[in-house]
Amino acid sequence: MKQFDLAPARHPAPASLEIIPVAEMTETTRAIRLTPEFDVETLGTALDHLDLIIVSFPIFRDGRGFTQARALREYYGFAGEIRAEGHLIPDQAQFLRTCGVDCVLLEDDADTTPWLKALSLFPVTYQTRLGLR
Amino acid sequence: MNAPVGLYQYQTADREFLASRIAEFEGQVQRRLSGDLTEDEFKPLRLMNGLYLQLHAYMLRVAIPYGVLDSRQMRKLAHIARRYDRDYGHFTTRQNIQFNWIKLEETPEILRQLADVDMHAIQTSGNCIRNVTCDQFAGAAADELMDPRVHAEILRQWSTLHPEFTFLPRKFKIAISGSPHDRVAARFHDIGILARPGENGPLFRIFVGGGLGRTPLVGHELFDSVPEADLLMTLEAALRVYNAYGRRDNIYKARIKILVQALGIDGYRKAVEHELSLMNPEHYRLDPETVAAIKARFAAPDLTASPDAESRLKADRQNDIAFDRWVRSNTHPHFAPGRIAVTVSIKPAGGIPGDATSDQLDRLADLADQFSFGELRITHLQNVVLAHVAQDRLLKLWQALNAIGLGDANHELIGDIVACPGLDYCALANARSIPIAQKLSARFGDNALQEEIGKLRINISGCINACGHHHVGHIGLLGVDKRGEEFFQITLGGRDDALSRTGDILGAALPEDDMVDAIARIVDRYLSVREKGEQFLDTLTRLGDAPFKEAAYETV
Repeated sequence: MKQFDLAPARHPAPASLEIIPVAEMTETTRAIRLTPEFDVETLGTALDHLDLIIVSFPIFRDGRGFTQARALREYYGFAGEIRAEGHLIPDQAQFLRTCGVDCVLLEDDADTTPWLKALSLFPVTYQTRLGLR
Repeated sequence: MNAPVGLYQYQTADREFLASRIAEFEGQVQRRLSGDLTEDEFKPLRLMNGLYLQLHAYMLRVAIPYGVLDSRQMRKLAHIARRYDRDYGHFTTRQNIQFNWIKLEETPEILRQLADVDMHAIQTSGNCIRNVTCDQFAGAAADELMDPRVHAEILRQWSTLHPEFTFLPRKFKIAISGSPHDRVAARFHDIGILARPGENGPLFRIFVGGGLGRTPLVGHELFDSVPEADLLMTLEAALRVYNAYGRRDNIYKARIKILVQALGIDGYRKAVEHELSLMNPEHYRLDPETVAAIKARFAAPDLTASPDAESRLKADRQNDIAFDRWVRSNTHPHFAPGRIAVTVSIKPAGGIPGDATSDQLDRLADLADQFSFGELRITHLQNVVLAHVAQDRLLKLWQALNAIGLGDANHELIGDIVACPGLDYCALANARSIPIAQKLSARFGDNALQEEIGKLRINISGCINACGHHHVGHIGLLGVDKRGEEFFQITLGGRDDALSRTGDILGAALPEDDMVDAIARIVDRYLSVREKGEQFLDTLTRLGDAPFKEAAYETV
């Protein structure tokens, strides 16, 4: 697998971190993988010692990861790396970036051209024009 | 700025946005053809560009934001119908227009042509926030408290390619009205908004969790008085709860109404309030300057009319009974003296509800230019409104409409039938809705008879997905399949106004052949038992459905 950066990572996590399913995290865990139904509010102060949070997309049509990423950044001020993995398509690149995702995990042989192209479309969004965020 | 009346004037940024969107879609079509996108991946992308695969062909649904368009746009729709379809278009219950015989490979070109007149097909389908619908008499009706179109445009912009809410559990429909007489069926929407002016700016009453489909539910009030500054924040919170907790395991349980039902309105409201407590209002505030800038891109028509306009209309009505009847059924009081709002019926006797030919679309554009500042609206009953007609010119307009077969006096009468596309187009349908609509419309075609019958709405759906809104028809018909035969189930008493409720099933479904006669027997029974001044729903409320049940099954 390879990483594709959507934006310069705020705090890129060290590559060597062991990723633990959120249900099994302990006080020393630094990287977790969320399930789509997980309520990020329950992470509480555990967020302080996390460097990496992975939001998972079991299928690209399941948009819960967008809300999880947004909540992590906006409500809880998470400043570590948020990575998206699972079934994603390039057409979601901008949405992911806007919601606070730093990078996506792609197959080694995945073509990144459509991802780059997708990021270059829509330089101005309607939401920013309305003064949101 | 030479802004159109009644709708938002595009600027460079809007046009650049559309160009990007078309480039994106062309790329998606190419990636589908090359195999980079699977059909499963391509499907939601094409749906969010309005492209459906129906029973026989692709259908393209073009967005008409809040139902308002100008004559130049209408002419473009006529051109698309003529050049790329079979010479007609179909107005939908969400105030859009759809073309039923589109070739996939021609779609990017059609989208470019639409973009030439600031139109698109974005989010007319898919599990995202759909085209926002609005009161068809906005900015014209005498009974209006506040013109909702500026906020409808703000909702359009806010919901367009929303980063967080483009992959929702299911589709999401929003309607907004500024009238105390709910003309948008606010309580039958995922979110329905009733706007009114307050002491310190507009206030919004928000309903949530209504809808038709397989599980018809009347929406609940979420908040009574949301100030303008908090409107988008409140909607974001409402959608966020839905995106996180709405069901994704069963497509038939995925609408927000099921979540609201599961949590209860109080539980859902609590969840929304919790979201709001976490949000930074500064990030979401809708500033008065932003609203003013968008409002400035709507032109206001000069509504002064000649001082004798009203008396001249009065004289015209006295001279022509048929015209007088049409004025009674197909006009709505305007707030400006000497003006009147007109509903052009797209329901001629025996016709297909909501279908208009290319020539009719072109002529409607001409008439909009001549009589209503070049502005047209599509209604959720699939008709067309010319909102600002001078009363002394109304007779001329009616004569011109008659010349193109659109002068029927049947708005909100029995001929004003709403029907889904049914088995003639749709892969989901059990029954053909259109032929039965045509037969009913022909049977009750006489305009004098329709007036005598009074307010009576028939809604026809070809399957339980209820696209013909049969649950809210005063008489609703639902197509069911019985061992390969088309049957229809009758419901009575549905309505989508301020007294919204769903209709009650009358009894066993009847075969298609007997349907028109059964409805005629119900109508005859109503005419024989009604008391002076009663409409169908009044009589039904007074007597219950027993007499109508008896009539419907009389000969069976």
